[in-house]
This record gives sequence, structure tokens and C-alpha cells, in this order.
Amino acid sequence: MATQAVSDERLAKVGLARRLFQQPEIGAVIGAAVVWLFFAFFAPENWATLNGLARIMDPASTLGIMAIAVALLMIGGEFDLSTGVMTGTTGLVAGLLSTRLGWNLWPAMFVSLLFALAVGYFNGLMRVKTGLPSFIVTLATFFFLRGANVGTTRLVTDQVYVGGIDKAAGFASARAFFNTGITLFGIEWRSAIIWWVVLMIIASWILLRTRYGSWIFAVGGDAEAARKVGVPSARVKIGLFMATAAAAWLVGMMNVVRLRSAVASQGIGQEFIYMIAASIGGCLMTGGYGSVIGASIGAFIFGMAQVGIVFAGWDTDWFYSFLGIMLLVAVLVNNYTRKRATEMSVAAAKSRTEGE
Amino acid sequence: MAEPILQVQNVTKMFGSVIALSDVSARVYPGEVTCLLGDNGAGKSTLIKILCGFHQPTEGDYYFEGQKVSFNSPREALARGIATVYQDLSLIPLMPIWRNFFLGSEPEKRFGPFKAYDVDFAKRTVREEMAKMGIDIRNPDQPVGTLSGGERQSIAISRAVYFGAKVLILDEPTAALGVKQAGIVLHYIVRAKRRGLGVIFITHNPNHAYPVGDRFIILRRGQVLGDYQKDEISQEQLVNLMAGGEDLVKLQQELARLLEEQVEAA
Repeated sequence: MATQAVSDERLAKVGLARRLFQQPEIGAVIGAAVVWLFFAFFAPENWATLNGLARIMDPASTLGIMAIAVALLMIGGEFDLSTGVMTGTTGLVAGLLSTRLGWNLWPAMFVSLLFALAVGYFNGLMRVKTGLPSFIVTLATFFFLRGANVGTTRLVTDQVYVGGIDKAAGFASARAFFNTGITLFGIEWRSAIIWWVVLMIIASWILLRTRYGSWIFAVGGDAEAARKVGVPSARVKIGLFMATAAAAWLVGMMNVVRLRSAVASQGIGQEFIYMIAASIGGCLMTGGYGSVIGASIGAFIFGMAQVGIVFAGWDTDWFYSFLGIMLLVAVLVNNYTRKRATEMSVAAAKSRTEGE
Repeated sequence: MAEPILQVQNVTKMFGSVIALSDVSARVYPGEVTCLLGDNGAGKSTLIKILCGFHQPTEGDYYFEGQKVSFNSPREALARGIATVYQDLSLIPLMPIWRNFFLGSEPEKRFGPFKAYDVDFAKRTVREEMAKMGIDIRNPDQPVGTLSGGERQSIAISRAVYFGAKVLILDEPTAALGVKQAGIVLHYIVRAKRRGLGVIFITHNPNHAYPVGDRFIILRRGQVLGDYQKDEISQEQLVNLMAGGEDLVKLQQELARLLEEQVEAA
């Protein structure tokens, strides 16, 4: 009994520091604080205001929704290069159906969702059945959709965008549902922020507090080992690809109702930004580790950088360079903290065996 | 003698034109340790993969609890009570102990229409079960990758026992372990047998097999070379059979000659 009490005391002592360092989000939290202070110094007049926050949350919200889905996929050991272009494709599908065929926007959006899920299913199935790396499978999907987006749009409209979606029936309710402005404290906030926060809570709950969450970690950590103990690895992976495609659909709809049009080149290149946000948030490229909250903080950092550069009056051309540096620093911090966490665990285990 | 809990009859497994197993029959009784011995490439892995539902036999029959069965996945075999502890342990190094322990069979509690992972129950149970094995887990959140080989092995075994396995298949559980850690694992094998489980212990080390085994099946080149009760065979005979008797004598002679040549050259 005496030794029990002693060891429990020691657990409490190392517990707090270790638990803090063991959180996958720690790098993103530190990064967010640094970036916030950075712009608070260079753009003090607008930065720490509600208006500033609303401006940051605008790009962060849609990016955050994607980062959440991409984070789950990355934890599951895969990634998807077709996420960016998919936000454009889903918008075009809904836009073409509603403007060219005169559909109500709601069924058009529903068909667009089915299309997205089918593409996600295809990505997942190809990955699981052929064993090809997801890089190749989704790169192929990316290029196919990229070409199909422009090709189909030009064929049907003779232009590279679909305009006038706001004239479709059901537009007003769809806009209110997906993405509208909400005035609060005298400032306009995007309603996409609510979607983002709600999805973050749901995704985090699924990941940490349901068996599906354990399965996601497991298939990313070692899909074969997971299959051996009875986890339906293939189904989990396919499901993650479909969830990612569904998230791209949601963001696609948000863009359509906001811009009242769909552009054929929409979203291209964004897929890397989603992955950057997830990586900053602590997701390992190799899978099996990461956090949905971290990815959301990663998206918030992205929003801060985008808006901060404008506030500071700098040339926005430098935005991507900033993002590159941010990615590298954040991943280095993540690696360092994770190493610290494991070392502390090993050290604790050693001191225990020596004590006995 | 009781009925065998698990039985395969005249099982053959082909991979394309490669015959991995040829006409193999084996019986496993509850409360007994059946040792499956054989050198690398003898077909041990193929046989357990059939037993655990990972592969389906090309020919032959598989009986479990007297019924003819055909498993399409390890999950189906597990549902019937055939649990396998693989060489790689099927543990995910980055995941905490409690998630690993319950992976694939998570305890859940209801929240209205939703089901949540019962995390408190999982952490408490892991602590208790590991304490029964004589291992003190202080922090169930610790990633499995930070544990020692023996600890990991015991997590895998106690996981199978906890989930009510009737047959426990252990794939080379002592292969990567030191003498002391291997001893601990042999201990758990005897404990599992005492609880009435049919244990299938795969190994290429007859010195580990003989002390705990009740029945020995020796595989060689995909065929059964011998099937013995413990009283039918001595440890020495088992070692000889395993090493392939004459082969071993030949090897010793060859090595001796090689050494002599080297001495002469010098």
C-alpha cells in the first residue's frame, strides 16, 4: 500500500507537464500565440479588435471545415489531393443543374453531394483495392476533375464560370442555411463559422469518444494490425475519403451561395493549404496521430496570416512564403514536443523499474 | 478424452502454384497446450492464418466445437472465440494502452441515439486485467510503443483472455524475447490453459514448447512430420525432430571440417 501511494504521488507530479506536452495540439497553440503576437506588433491598430477577429474567422471557417476532414483522413494514414478541386466541382455540378436545367437549388445540391460521395468512394476503393498510394490515386482524380471542370463548363456555357445561380429557386433558403452574414456586436460574421465550430466538436467527439475514432487512429497507425484484431480497415479508409469529399461539397456549397456563381478553376491548390493546416495542428504525414482541434487552430493561424499581412500593409504576394515558413516551424515544434513526451514516458517507466 | 474444440482435416493451401500446406490435419483440445513446431517456411504461419480466418483453405475441412465452419475474416473467427496473438502483436505503437487493449471490441455506453466509447471503463479494466497478470500499469494513456517487449506481449495475451477466447493462438510469442521475459510469457500460457482455453503455441524453440506443451505437431515443408502426446516423446527426441536429426549431424560434420581446413591453412 505504501509503495502504491508513493508511485501515485509521482504520477501526479510528472502528470501535468507530460500531459501538456503529449497533446498533439501543443505546437499549433504555441504557433497561434506567436503569430497573434507577431501581427499584434506589426498591425496593432486593427488586430486585437472584434472586427479583426471577424475578418480572420472568414477564411478560417471554410478552411477549418476542410482541415477537420483532412485531419481525420491524415490520422487514418491517407491524404487526398483532390479536396481543393472538389470544392469547385461540387459547386459547378449544383450550379449547372440549377441554371441550365432549371432545377431548384436544393435537389441540385443534393445530386452534387451524391456526386462528391461517389468520387470519395472511388478514391477510397482504388486506394484499398489496388494498394496504390493515395498520392497517385487522388492525384489522378485531381487532374481528371480539374480538366473536367473546365471542359464541361466551357462546353455547356461557353465560358469558364457558371453565373446567375442566385436566380435559381431555393437560393435564398440555401444561402441562409449554408453561408450568410450574421450581425453581432455591430459586426458582420459569416455563418460558416458556426458550421466550423459545430463540425469541429462533432469530429473531435467521434475521434476521441467513439469506437470509430479508435479505428481511425488504428488504421493510420497500422492498418494490417488493426484488421487482424477485427477493425474493418478498408471500410474505415473508404469512409474517411467519403467524409473528406462531403466536406469539400459543404465548402463548395458555401462558396456557391456566397459568390452566386461557380468558377471552373475554384479551389485548385487549396488541397495543400488544408494539409498544411492539419500538419500545423499536429497530424503526422505518416498517420496514426493528430487532432481535429489542432487542425482547426491550424486553419485559424492561416486566417491570421492572410488577414494580418493585409492589416500590416505588406504585399500579399508574400503570403505563401509566410505559410511555408509557418509549416516548417510548426512541424519542427510538433516533432520536438512529441519526442519530449515519449522520452518522458520512457524515463518514467525506467525510474519505476529501477525503483522496484 | 474430451472432444477437440478445434480441428482441421486434410487441409491444403495453395498460393498460385506454390503449395504452402499439403494434407495437414490437427486437433486442439480445451485445457491443453498444443505446440505447433517447425522451421522457417514449414507452413506454421499459413496454418494459423487459416485457423484464425485470415486465409481460407484451398481444400480440406475446418471444424470448431464440432461444427464445420468457414471464416471469411479474422473478425468472424474472433466472434466464435478464436483469438490470435500475432508475432507483431497487432498493437499500434502510437496509441495508448487502453485503446489498444479494446481495439476492435470497444466498450460502449448509450447517449440517447448515440453510442460513446466508455473510456473510464476501458482505462479501469486495463489496469485491473494487467494487475492480474502481475503488471502494474500506472498510466493507461501511455503509448504502447514505450513499453518493453514482455509487457507488450502480456497486453496482447491478457486482451485475448479478457475477451473470452476459447482458443488462443500464439504466434511465436517468445521469439523476440530474452530468457527472463520468455519465462514470463510461458507462465501466461500455463495460466490460460488452466482457465480451460485451448492454446495453440507456435514456436521453433522446442525448449520453450516442451515444458508447457501437452501435444506436439511438427510441420515440415508444408506437411505434418509428426503428431505426439507429451508421454509419447521426450524433449531430446523433440529437439532432434525439430532440427531434422540427420541434418543436424551433417551440419556439425561440415562445420568441423571447415574449422579443420582453416586451422590447416593457418
